[in-house]
Formats: sequence, structure tokens, C-alpha cells
Amino acid sequence: MNRILSKSQNIENSTNKRHRKEKRFKSLCLGAVIVAILFLIILLSSLAYKGLSGFTKTTIQIPIYFNEEIIDPENTRDIAVINKASFRKIFKQSLLQKFPEAKDNRKMYRNISKIFSRGSTYLLKKMVLDDISLIGKTINVDLISSSTIDQLRKNNINIKVPESDRPVSDATLKIYDQLNTEGVIKKRLNFSFFKYGDSRNPEEAGILGALLGSMFTLIITLLLSFPIGVLTAIYLEEFAPKNKFTYFIEININNLAAVPSIVFGLLGLAIFLNFFGLPRSVPLTGGLVLTLMTLPTVIISSRASLKAVPPTIREAALGLGASKLQAVFNHVVPSAAPGMFTGTIIGMARALGETAPLLLMGMVAFIVEVPTSIFDPATVLPAQIYLWADSPERGFVEKTSAAIIVLVLFLIIMNSLAIWLRRKFEVRW
Amino acid sequence: MIKNDNIKITTNDLCVFYDEKQALFDVNISINEKETTALIGPSGCGKSTLLRCFNRMNDTIENCVVKGNINIDNANVNNPEIDVVQLRTKIGMVFQKPNPFPKSIFDNVAYGPKIHGMAKNKLELEEIVEKSLKQAGLWSEVKDRLSQPGTSLSGGQQQRLCIARAIAVRPEIILMDEPCSALDPIATANIEELMDELKKEFTIIIVTHNMQQAARVSKNTAFFHLGKLIELGPTDQIFTNPKLEKTQDYITGRYG
Amino acid sequence: MNTTLLTILIISLSIFAFYYAVYKIKSAQSLNTKHRPLHSYYGWYCLFWTIFPALLFFCLWTFCSSIWIDKTIINIITLSINEEGATNISLQLNAIKNAANGILTDQVPKEILSNYISLNQKSEFIRFIATLGIAIIGLFFLIRKINPDLRARNKIESILMVLMFIASFIAIIVTLGIVLSLLFETLKFFSDVSPFEFFFGTTWSPQIALREDQVAASGSFGAIPVFTGTLLITIIAMCVAIPIGLLAAIYLAEYASQRTRTIVKPLLEILAGIPTVVYGFFAALTVGPFIRNIGETFGLSIASESALAAGLVMGIMIIPFISSLSDDVISAVPNSLREGSYGLGATKYETIILVIFPAALPGIIGSILLATSRAIGETMIVVMAAGLTAKLTANPLESVTTVTVQIVTLLIGDHEFDSSKTMAAFALGLTLFIITLILNVIALKVVLKYREKYE
Ligand SMILES: Nc1ncnc2c1ncn2[C@@H]1O[C@H](COP(=O)(O)OP(=O)(O)OP(=O)(O)O)[C@@H](O)[C@H]1O
Ligand SMILES: [Mg+2]
Repeated sequence: MNRILSKSQNIENSTNKRHRKEKRFKSLCLGAVIVAILFLIILLSSLAYKGLSGFTKTTIQIPIYFNEEIIDPENTRDIAVINKASFRKIFKQSLLQKFPEAKDNRKMYRNISKIFSRGSTYLLKKMVLDDISLIGKTINVDLISSSTIDQLRKNNINIKVPESDRPVSDATLKIYDQLNTEGVIKKRLNFSFFKYGDSRNPEEAGILGALLGSMFTLIITLLLSFPIGVLTAIYLEEFAPKNKFTYFIEININNLAAVPSIVFGLLGLAIFLNFFGLPRSVPLTGGLVLTLMTLPTVIISSRASLKAVPPTIREAALGLGASKLQAVFNHVVPSAAPGMFTGTIIGMARALGETAPLLLMGMVAFIVEVPTSIFDPATVLPAQIYLWADSPERGFVEKTSAAIIVLVLFLIIMNSLAIWLRRKFEVRW
Repeated sequence: MIKNDNIKITTNDLCVFYDEKQALFDVNISINEKETTALIGPSGCGKSTLLRCFNRMNDTIENCVVKGNINIDNANVNNPEIDVVQLRTKIGMVFQKPNPFPKSIFDNVAYGPKIHGMAKNKLELEEIVEKSLKQAGLWSEVKDRLSQPGTSLSGGQQQRLCIARAIAVRPEIILMDEPCSALDPIATANIEELMDELKKEFTIIIVTHNMQQAARVSKNTAFFHLGKLIELGPTDQIFTNPKLEKTQDYITGRYG
Repeated sequence: MNTTLLTILIISLSIFAFYYAVYKIKSAQSLNTKHRPLHSYYGWYCLFWTIFPALLFFCLWTFCSSIWIDKTIINIITLSINEEGATNISLQLNAIKNAANGILTDQVPKEILSNYISLNQKSEFIRFIATLGIAIIGLFFLIRKINPDLRARNKIESILMVLMFIASFIAIIVTLGIVLSLLFETLKFFSDVSPFEFFFGTTWSPQIALREDQVAASGSFGAIPVFTGTLLITIIAMCVAIPIGLLAAIYLAEYASQRTRTIVKPLLEILAGIPTVVYGFFAALTVGPFIRNIGETFGLSIASESALAAGLVMGIMIIPFISSLSDDVISAVPNSLREGSYGLGATKYETIILVIFPAALPGIIGSILLATSRAIGETMIVVMAAGLTAKLTANPLESVTTVTVQIVTLLIGDHEFDSSKTMAAFALGLTLFIITLILNVIALKVVLKYREKYE
């Protein structure tokens, strides 16, 4: 049948070739899409693979004897006395009880104490401070393991390589195996990851400080960029005379939207920190810089949603005797509000993930304390990720990935909110 | 009915759907070789849809389904095994709005011959281009500016360029969808003259809203209404003495 | 905490102002019901004059007092230390400020620190009282003025107009701020280091200057290797992003069904939404070692911070910038051109390559330019995955540094602000700003022209 249509055998041959080329090209294009999506999948799954274990920790249960002699020999039960007591001794005593063979073997004791987190003594003190009746008793306590043991349990350490090439010694490994057969090593959800600030010890490091820092910074950004952005958009879209000056403002906004974020960091450093002398490392100044960075996004999306409101709405309001300002603020702006919110949320999401300008604003300091206001030194979530990613300890790798998962989750929530808002309030004029 | 000794195209219960919406209902039409057939009817009645069935242009529309047979030279072109590339080489098309490619005048005309490998060398290609442009009556106007972009021509010239582009691949049938609707009367007259010339060599099917034009250029006319072929016959007869009242009403301008 | 309390007080005061004004105008109007302007305007008017002067004062006081305190402390420092050069003093001041914030970096003299803290406390106390006072005065003044003859609506409208005008001015101020601050520091830098050396010198080692404690004399600021490093990584990124992005755009615009489009397009855009610090982590921890291992199996020694790893990951990040915009551009090519080509018997491939691509080319070039400017200005990926030492090489397997990496390493942490080192960062920043600006302006122009062509 094909034959009947074709003009000659010659042409038919060449068409076959052309169809093959067509097929090849189509597969090439499809391949590009697949490669791009594959990258996404690899990226996300490698993060999930590395990070999910960061939400668990390892505990080792050993009996602890809260020796009254050490904690409170005079039986005062005074907080100050307990605070001063050497819980290191309590810890050591209990360990030696559990491992009597380490009594006169300092090296072995060091190995044993190294399987516990360095914060263990602090934990014991806190337990007693919370419940004074513990003094004099022996109870089984789930102590957090050191990061190395945690990694060992998660099979992140290759024990087959020679001893000198791995962070755990053979002796530690032996103790670990012994404890493991006893069944006192357990896997727990790591809630403290969300309860504490940064720490030099991976097993104690948490993201609460960074989360709150991000929150304070974003609040500043939101409070400033939303009103300023929306007012600018309304002015430019509804009131501004169409002259050179307005055009100049518009060009400025469009160009600001494409300025590399690090340049905003330079601006903040030179103007906010150096010229105005605002404090470094605090959410206030970080938020100010992010505001400048986010403003163009808010303005552009707000203008787009104002533009989408049909002129009939303005005319109807004006026809009812409203002033131009009333017409705009009572009728046009409410119809454009969902679009404005959507744009703002997207801008906020971008600000949440932004790191570079905040590095220059000093928001990458190692800060243990959790910030309580916009004037406290703080770091933000992405900066915390950057800090941890730079740390040499093995245990920080999964912390970094876990923090990334938290960050990505927040971004997903914000973007879904934006999409939901757009879908829900999308008005087709 | 029309004389049917040299039939080129026939359709058999042709139905076309856009999703749920049916645009053509059981159309049975036959079109003669080397004659001009005009399709007329009110807007939205499915003329363009039918035209686009002949060269399977509807394939490019995602939600369009074509049912029934279309026989061209006794081959059913609606058969999925038919190679549309070869089909469209055989059936050229000219659109409502002139759509020259953003290339030079020469490249516009040479486009078809090039992709189909019709010219062995540059010289042959130049010959084809010259011949097509001459046939489209454009040669004298553009022969000194062949390297200028096709979009730099006037509307009427652009449309003739598109016709030259279509005939450069030596089709047997040329489909024209309101080719003059974007043109002024003088350009229209030029194109009509050209069609008179072309029909000696090509089978032409033209969609038009202009009754006078249909009367002037076509030998046969088909009248469509709401997706149905109402009447098909020699143009003189359709315009002077239609068999059906609907046709009469439309032609005399009572609706549409 | 002080500020939190103040905020709460001011907010409650303003809420009171609003409702009291509304209440007052309502009761006043019951006597005079001729015209009934909207009550809330009076509320807003009152609220504005309660908050605005107080806020203005707060900001001004904070700014002025911090400058004044700095001056005082500097005076004290200069008195206590026998003159030791101005840079040292600003370092001391920074250390004191940090100490007051709880970050202990250097040893600071106790008396000066306590002096600083007490000055700060005094200033904050005055600020607290005065701000509150101004708010209350504003409130009472306005409440007295509330009566039906006050044309609150007009007043509110003019306030709004002024606010809107000021808001739209901010964009200009920001641009001006960027240009001026960069230019100012850069000019200072160029008085130390000749622009010729900066733009054409081939050794970049700003760190030396600091170690030998001399200003710029021995540090070398030849930025060529930094620029070439940026170029190398950008080129690698674009080599990844342009083919994948363009082909994906073609697939989405020309081949994909509507359903595939609605699924795939957002998926690709996720790539653009992932924070760059995540890409940096991925590049440094996964891609870098991966490439090095591959190199090892072929007997190649590849730096673990190779330009290839950073460029590759940056390319992935850039893909959606190209695919998304190019997709829009290709979709905007009028359908009549496609049909014209199909009508002549062209295959899709021929149509795309011979008709659509040339027609969309300006827009595609625009999208590539925008993406390039994105890649040049990208910071975190290269900070985490590219090297720190400037090397003049075109070998993608070696480690190079970029403009943004240098800006960050020169400016991160505490340092005196006036060293050549920091000013060099601003010179780099200005170069970066100008280059990206030029790229953006050209790209926007090209895209706009293209849009006009096909409306
Ligand atoms: N792509 C499409 N999707 C859905 N419906 C379509 C599509 N194209 C055409 N239609 C519908 O099919 C019917 C016939 O359309 P067609 O374009 O063939 O009409 P026409 O006779 O050419 O009209 P006109 O004279 O205005 O060009 C119309 O009702 C139209 O709405
Ligand atoms: Mg039509």
C-alpha cells in the first residue's frame, strides 16, 4: 500500500532513513529527560540513604550506681552540692563494676569509656538533678554511645580493613561485640537531634538552634519583604505614571532578581555590618539581607497576580463611586491576594535554602546556645549543613544528610502550600 | 451529481471527533483529478477538519480521532501503516495565514526538495526553486532578493511564496484553507489567477468563505453544514440551482 | 527580651488606639448622622500615628547610639593602649562586641567590656522608655483630634500613597547600595593594588599578605587564575546543562503528551528548588570521590576537589533553568510554522531542527545566557566542592578556584575590614556583578525581542 503512494523506490528508501533519524532523535530527547530525572532520583535517594540513619542513635544500657558518698556525702540534698559533685567518678565506678578487668588497665578503661558519648556524665548529673531520690540507688541507664560506636552499629565502618585504617581499635570492637551479645546495645529514635543546638560531638549535635535561627531570620524576611514587595507591586501596577522613572524602577527590579545572591551578602557586609554597625551573626541582619534578595521575587509575582485581575473589577468599583485607592485596596488587591501569597511563599522557600549571603553575614559561627530572639547569635539550617559538611568526623555525614532531609521537608511543605493556594484560589476570569 | 470519470479522492463514511465532540458526520465525497473543488459552509461546519484529513494533518492534534476511509488513488490514507511523510509529499497544503519559515526566500522554497532529497546538486535545486517561483508567479518580483527573509515580503507575496513552497515538492494535490482571507482584493485576484494556472497540473481543493471566489475558481463545490456534507455538485449548478433549500439559503446569504 | 516586651507593649497600644478611635468616632457620629464615613479609617489613622513615630525613633536611636557607643569605646581603647595603629583598634572593638554577645574570641580588657555593656544597657533603657513615651503621646494626641470633621480617609490615602512610593524606591536604593558599596571598596582596593595587576596578573595568593602582617606588599592579587577557574567550571556546567536541558525542553514541547508534561515539568523544576548547599554536599561527598575513584581505575590522578565534580553538579542544578525557559520559548513558536513544515512532508525531527529551532534560537540563547549568569554567580556548590588555591589550568581534572569561592574565603570569619584582602573580595564581587549584569541585560533584551516577534 505504501508503494502505491510513493513516487519511487528511491524516495521510499530515503524516507526510511529519515524515519530512523526521527526515532533516534526522539529517543535522544527522551533520554535527556530521563537522565535529568535520574539525577534527581540519585540525589534524593543518596541523601535519604545517608540521612535516615541520622534520626536514630545507639544507646548502651549499663547499671549505674549513684553513690551517695560521691554525690552528696553529707546528705544535704542541696542542688549546689550535687552540681559540684564529680559525676565522672560515678561514671567511672559504674563502668569498672561492669568491666572489672579494666580496673588496673588504664588503656582498657580508656577504650571502654570511649564507647560512650562524652556527654554521658552530664546526662547522669541531669538525671539526679531531676530526681534526687536516685541517690544511693543502682539503676540501669541507657547511655548514648559515642559516634564511632553509633557508626559501627549502622555498618558505616568497614571492620575488615587493618586496624590502623579505621577509627575503632580491635579492643573496642571486642567490647562492642561483648555488649552486643549481652543485648544491651539498642537502636533508639534520636529525639535529641531536634532538642539541642550544635555540638562538637556528632552524637550530641542537634538542629534546634539552626531551626530557630532559620525561623527568626525568615520572620524578619517575611515581615519586611511582604509589605514592601506588595506595596511596590501595587504602586507600579496601579498608580505609577508610565514614565521613564517608573521604567527605571522596573528595570532595577528585574535585574535585582538575577543578581547572584553572594552579591547581596557583600552589600549586607558593607552596609549593614560595616556602615550601620548592626551586629554580626544575628537573625536580624541575616533577615535584612534575605529581604533584599527576596523582594524582587515578591514584587514580580505580586505584579503578575495584579495584572491578572481584569479591569472590569476596577471599573465596577470606580463606577460605584469608590476612590481609586479604595477600588484598588478593597477590590483588586483581595482578588490578587492568593497570587501574592503564593509568590511570597516561594520567595520564602528560596530564602530558607539560601546560604551564600548568610556566610558573609557571619551566620556560620559554631553556636551551641539555642537563639531566643532575633538579636541572639544564630546560624541557619543551610549554614548548619555547610558547617557539618565541613566537619571531618564520620558521624557528621549522616547528621548533615539528616539536616538536609529536614530542610528539604520544610521546602516541600512550603512549596506544596504555595501550589495548594494557587489551585484553591485560582480564579479563571 | 458531478461527472466521475477521473476521481482522485473519495471518502467513505468519514467521521472525525475532537474528544467527545464530533466534527464530521459520515462524509462521503469524491473529488476529481486536475480540477478545483471548493468547500463552502458556515464557520465551524468542519471544512478545515475535512481538508486536514486528506493529508493526515489531524494526526498532529492530540485529541483528534478520524474514523472511516479516505481513498486517494485507491489507497486508504487513513490506514495507520501509511507513511504520512510520503503522503504529505504527494499532497501539499496552503494555510489561511501565510506562514513562511523564518528563512530566506530561496530556503523557503528549497525546504521541501531538500528534505526529500529531490535535488542531486545545488544547480538542480536552484532550477526547482526557480520553476516553482515562476509557477507561483513570484519569480519576477523576488528574483533579485532571494536571500532576503521570506517574512520581509508583503502578505500576498508571502502567500504566493507558500504556494511556491508547496508546489516545489511536485505534489499531486494541493489543499488550500482559505488562502485569501488575509489578503487584499488585488493579492486575492493574483492568487485566483494562479490557481487557474495550477489546476492544469494539480488537483486543488479550496476552502473559502467567499462565494464569488468559489464560483470563480472551482469546477465543483461541496456545501457543508454542521459537520455534514449537504450537497456536492458542479459549481454552476450549486450556485444557480441548488437542489436543497439549505444550500440555497446559505448561498443567498440568509444565514452563516 | 527588652525588645520583645517593647514590641508587645507597642502592639497592644496600637490595637487599643485602633479600637478606641473607632469607638470614639462611632459615639460622635450618633450625634451627627449626616454622613457616615467608614469608621475603620479613623482606627487606621490613629494606629499609624501611634506606631510610626515610635518605630522611627527606635530605629534612629538604635543606629545613632551604636555609633556613639562605638566612638566612646574607641576613645577609651585609644586612651588605654598607647597608639598602636588604627586597624588594631577596630579589631579590639570587634572583640569586645563579640564578647558582649557571648562569643569569646580574644582576651578583652574587663573594664572596657563592662563599660561597653553598661553603656549599651543605658542606651537600651532610654530607648525603651522613649519609644513607649512617643507611642503614648502619639496615641493621645490623635485621640483628641478624632472627630467627624477629620477627613480620615483622605489622610490614610495620602499616607498609603507615600508608603507605596517609598516602597518602590527601595529597589533603586538597593541597586545603588550594591553599586556604591562594591565600587567604594573596589576603588580603595585599587589604590593599594593596581587594576592592571588585578585584571592581568596570574598569581593569586591573598593570604600571604595577612601572614606577613603587611598591607598588600607581598600578597599577590592577580585574578586571572580565579577568572579562568570560574570559566572552566562554568563551561563544564554548561556542557552538561545545555544538551540535557535543550533536549529535554524539545521533548517536553514537541513530543510529550499533555499528561507527561504536567508530570515531568514540575519534576525537573524540583532540581532548581533544591538548595545549593545540598548540591554542594552531594558534589563534595558523593560525586567528587566517585570521579576520583573512576580516575584511579584508569590510572588517572584526579583531585578530589576537581573542577569536573563541581561543574558536573552545577550543570545538573542549571538544567531546569535552561529546560524550563527553552520549553516556553519553543512552545511559543507559532503552530502555523509547524504545520507548514509537516504539510510539506517533513518529519518531526526535520521540523524541529530546520524550522522550530532557528525560529526559537534568540529565546534559547537568552535562556542559555541567563543560565550562564546563574552558573557564574553560584556559590555554595563551588565553595564546598571546588578548591581554594588558584591554579591557572584548563584541565578539568585538577582543582581550581572561582570568584565566588574567593569572595567567601576572603570574607568568612572575623577580620579587620580595611585590609587589602577584604577589599579584594569586593573587587571580585564588583567584577562578578558587572559580568552577570551584562549577561542578564542581554538575555532579557533578546528574550523580550523574541516575545515581541511572536507576541
Ligand atoms: N483542535 C480542536 N479541538 C477541539 N475541537 C476542534 C478543534 N478544531 C476544530 N474543532 C471543532 O470542530 C468543528 C469544526 O472545526 P473546523 O475548523 O473544521 O471548522 P471550519 O469549517 O474550518 O470553520 P471556519 O470556517 O471558521 O474555519 C468546530 O466546531 C470546532 O470547534
Ligand atoms: Mg477553517
